[in-house]
Amino acid sequence: MDLILIAVVSLGAIGLIAAIILYAASKKFAVYEDPRIAQVAEVLPQANCGGCGFPGCSGFAAACVKAGSLEGKLCPVGGQPTMVKVAAILGLEAAASEPKVAVVRCNGTCANRPLVTQYDGVRSCVIANSTYGGETGCTFGCLGCGDCVAACKFDAIHMNPETGLPEVDEDKCTACGACGKACPRGIIEIRPKGKNNRRVYVQCVNKDKGAVARKSCSAACIGCGKCVKVCPFEAITLANNLAYIDPAKCKSCRKCEMECPQQAIIAKNFPPRKPKAEGEAAAKPATAPKAAPVAAKPEAPAQAAPKEA
Amino acid sequence: MKTFRIGGVHPAENKLSAGKAIETLALPKQAVFPLSQHIGAPATPIVKKGDVVKVGTKIAEAGGFVSAAIFSSVSGKVNKVDSVIDASGYRKPAIFIDVDGDEWEESIDRSADLVKECTLTPEEIVAKVKNAGVVGMGGACFPTHVKLMPPPGCKAECVIINAVECEPYLTADHRLMLEKPDQILVGVSLLMKAAKVTKGYIGIENNKPDAIRLMTEKAAAYAGIEVVPLQVKYPQGGEKQLIDAVIGRQVPAPPAIPINVGAVVQNVGTAYAVYEAVMKNKPLFERVVTVTGKSLKNPSNFLTRMGTPMSQLIDAAGGLPEDTGKVIGGGPMMGKALVNTEVPICKGSSGVLIMNDKEAKRAEPQPCIRCAKCVSACPMGLEPYLLATCSSLQDWERVEKEMIMSCIECGSCQFTCPSHRPMLDYIRMGKGKVGGIIRARNAKK
Repeated sequence: MDLILIAVVSLGAIGLIAAIILYAASKKFAVYEDPRIAQVAEVLPQANCGGCGFPGCSGFAAACVKAGSLEGKLCPVGGQPTMVKVAAILGLEAAASEPKVAVVRCNGTCANRPLVTQYDGVRSCVIANSTYGGETGCTFGCLGCGDCVAACKFDAIHMNPETGLPEVDEDKCTACGACGKACPRGIIEIRPKGKNNRRVYVQCVNKDKGAVARKSCSAACIGCGKCVKVCPFEAITLANNLAYIDPAKCKSCRKCEMECPQQAIIAKNFPPRKPKAEGEAAAKPATAPKAAPVAAKPEAPAQAAPKEA
Repeated sequence: MKTFRIGGVHPAENKLSAGKAIETLALPKQAVFPLSQHIGAPATPIVKKGDVVKVGTKIAEAGGFVSAAIFSSVSGKVNKVDSVIDASGYRKPAIFIDVDGDEWEESIDRSADLVKECTLTPEEIVAKVKNAGVVGMGGACFPTHVKLMPPPGCKAECVIINAVECEPYLTADHRLMLEKPDQILVGVSLLMKAAKVTKGYIGIENNKPDAIRLMTEKAAAYAGIEVVPLQVKYPQGGEKQLIDAVIGRQVPAPPAIPINVGAVVQNVGTAYAVYEAVMKNKPLFERVVTVTGKSLKNPSNFLTRMGTPMSQLIDAAGGLPEDTGKVIGGGPMMGKALVNTEVPICKGSSGVLIMNDKEAKRAEPQPCIRCAKCVSACPMGLEPYLLATCSSLQDWERVEKEMIMSCIECGSCQFTCPSHRPMLDYIRMGKGKVGGIIRARNAKK
């Protein structure tokens, strides 16, 4: 009996002393952390993708709390709704932002861009890019080894074996920008999704002179500048034989798409052109064939339909 | 016999064209001069469309301190300043000249007489070398005048001439030594004078006994030049390996360079170019190029004007064989497959190698069996399997710690690997990334 009592008392005493030391230590060495950081981190998607530019979701939460303003801060995965929640916790205004999506600016499909050499090295775009210009005559376009696919944490980008190009799954894409960083050629751009998910962009990054570009790829931008002239909003600039459409100025009128002799300008997710538009196009024989391939695009009506419904 | 202390491999030599005297190749119809034929800033063109140039006319000015001028190798009219796909596989700015006749600049001494006497000061020699656009002819194309001007705090103690030619197949340097020994030795003397040293070594591998004999014999007449026969081992032609083999000193890890151990290393072709530049006023516009390959009808060594398309050399050596799998610019170990045969000959083009389908095919990589053959083969004492794995996992901090920047990209690891693992591909990628990280870090400081 004594033995048990001694054990209980002595262990109890040790426990008490240890508890006092621990309590004192926790008070003495306490680190104050703003409780709002944990609250903010809770509403973030916890994807830890780094798309916001901070190391993980907790890093972003700390930065939001510390900054005292949400200007320029956006969680690309959660988007505007998440930022509104974050703003509510912090008592701030959420900066207005529009949803964005990754776009692949290369249309050098197997049909458009014939092979001129064969690459037999490691299947990695970075390595292929450091070795030479690529299997086709175009030294700017997609190398097709799929570094962007490997970089995506959301399973939102896949190689299409038929075209040899990556395709973005717009529903899954969070515009975190990981694919764009992985691409050694800077083909993938994060652009605003646009009204009704419709956007117009130049699907090419070839900076070669027109003749050289056209020779290597039948869908290359040749820098002719027709789109620049036709654009009523001065949204298109031409630099280094390459047109670029500024998404902030573009009103999606699609005039440039009609004008482009190379069909390098893509209007995504638009409904097929009305017969009236085709009639106009028929009046200009040179532009007539351009409307057809867009209308024939299978994904355009398919994706547009549910959104309208 | 001397050699470097760690690593190295023994690829089959295949010196098919070693017995072929240097032939002068016919002039091309059009010569193309890429503006980046050297390490450093690209040259700036100083001619425009329609300008008439002669052989030896300067057509592009050096674009900075680490850069080199480019001279026309032909006489004719400038067709355009446009772009061409060069040996790098990318489109680069270039000057196109339509050939018309063969009229040389008057200042060039075209006689074959050997000029030995040089009254110029070291600074004047360096200036002449710079003005002739001379770069390292071994392949790296580092501007020669930069090497001859040691950074403050460093002092050159000896000049080492790289006549190793450790790449299989290539014989351009070998033939040059057999045919122009005196010119090379005068060039070495000039380099020694320019670097203000009294000692010069010529390192030649033992598989060229005729060249060793001839050079040793001739070198007796030149003060301070010693021919050092070396055991055959790849990559002995690597700058750091050669210094180790010849004078037994090891260059510390980057950013240290050979001058930190007192050595100035120059290629034997560079020594010849320096002789021609200083004594004959002839800028660098032609070089010896080996055209070789097992399936090629007539492997040869050609004295070729810069800007000549490689197709012309291949035609002169018997035409492109049917079963060609790859055309490689340079040797089989460090050379690069070319995108097409219209790539022009540049200052660093030491050879054109034709590989047939079978030779060109890369073996399917298998899993690493941990045999550590790559570790034994690495001449820099690195662990290639580790660097390759960490690079593929993008662990840049780790690969930097494992000294990835010391890699000389010789390919010994990949050559020796029984599992055919593409280690060098990954290491090169990692080296590029880490180099960028280090530069960014230094820029911040």
